[in-house]
Amino acid sequence: MSQILPAGTKAPDFTLHVTPDQTVSLTEFRGRPVILAFYPADWSPVCSDQMALYNEVLPEFQKHGAELIGISVDGVWCHSAFGKDRNLHFPLLADFEPKGAVARLYDSYRQEGVTERALFVIDKEGMIRWSYCSPVGVNPGADGILQALEALEK
Amino acid sequence: MQLKENVTPEDHSQGTEGANVTLVEYGDYECPYCGAAYPVVKRLQKRFGESLRFVFRNFPLAEAHPMAEASAEAAEYAATKGKFWQIHDGIYEHQTQLSAELLGTLATQNGLDPKAMAEAIKQHTFQGRVKKDFMSGVRSGVNGTPAFFINGILLDGEADFETLAAAIEAVR
Repeated sequence: MSQILPAGTKAPDFTLHVTPDQTVSLTEFRGRPVILAFYPADWSPVCSDQMALYNEVLPEFQKHGAELIGISVDGVWCHSAFGKDRNLHFPLLADFEPKGAVARLYDSYRQEGVTERALFVIDKEGMIRWSYCSPVGVNPGADGILQALEALEK
Repeated sequence: MQLKENVTPEDHSQGTEGANVTLVEYGDYECPYCGAAYPVVKRLQKRFGESLRFVFRNFPLAEAHPMAEASAEAAEYAATKGKFWQIHDGIYEHQTQLSAELLGTLATQNGLDPKAMAEAIKQHTFQGRVKKDFMSGVRSGVNGTPAFFINGILLDGEADFETLAAAIEAVR
């Protein structure tokens, strides 16, 4: 596990493709909390899949006004097929070209060519308030994110 | 990770409160790994007898598994008529045929009114109850199914008989 960007760091801005002809920038979400979920690859096994879990917990994240964004080095077409297959109701961004450039900004890129399984909760002013890097084979669940979102409101 | 919500009389449980070991499963009725864990739990219950209490809580990944939520709500409906385990077992024993039709058949076979069950599913009468289980799992670190807690501690590793039996043996 590497040292990912810690809490108290300004979240580096980025613009990435969310569909073949649409991009999303982090600054678009100013004014509400953002959950950035870097994950190694689309198409991990269903029952233990982190994104499937977050999809279910999405209404709880939304209770905090938070926006959930998944990021991996997979391309937009792969994301689109994955999102559709799994009924995902949140955007998946393609950190595809230059590969892993955004993951590197967050110190969340792995030498083997994928991102870490890294979570960031960013407050409405764009400051990282919580970050967590899970062992790459371990699904970190959603409790840490919920705790971080609750802490933002204290 | 530790179980955040203690077992209460509201839970669906088998075995006695005085049992040395309480095994809590968070499960999804459509998840094939939960289907595989179903006979494992039965074997554990046989092996440990009175010293094991088993509790089942709902953890449907409804977006991934289209029948998971309806099945959980059907079992909760059955629970209000004292038939939770009959429906629970029936679903897992016929998991590959899981459908609205199967739920209706299981209701009829167990002396429940299939129409009333279907209506409860349609009205989401038991959605709140299922959601409460789900969120208690999320807050306890459940990240997929099945997830097993043995005396409140999340089991790390495969949910096979040997692993579970050894973990139960270690605390009984």
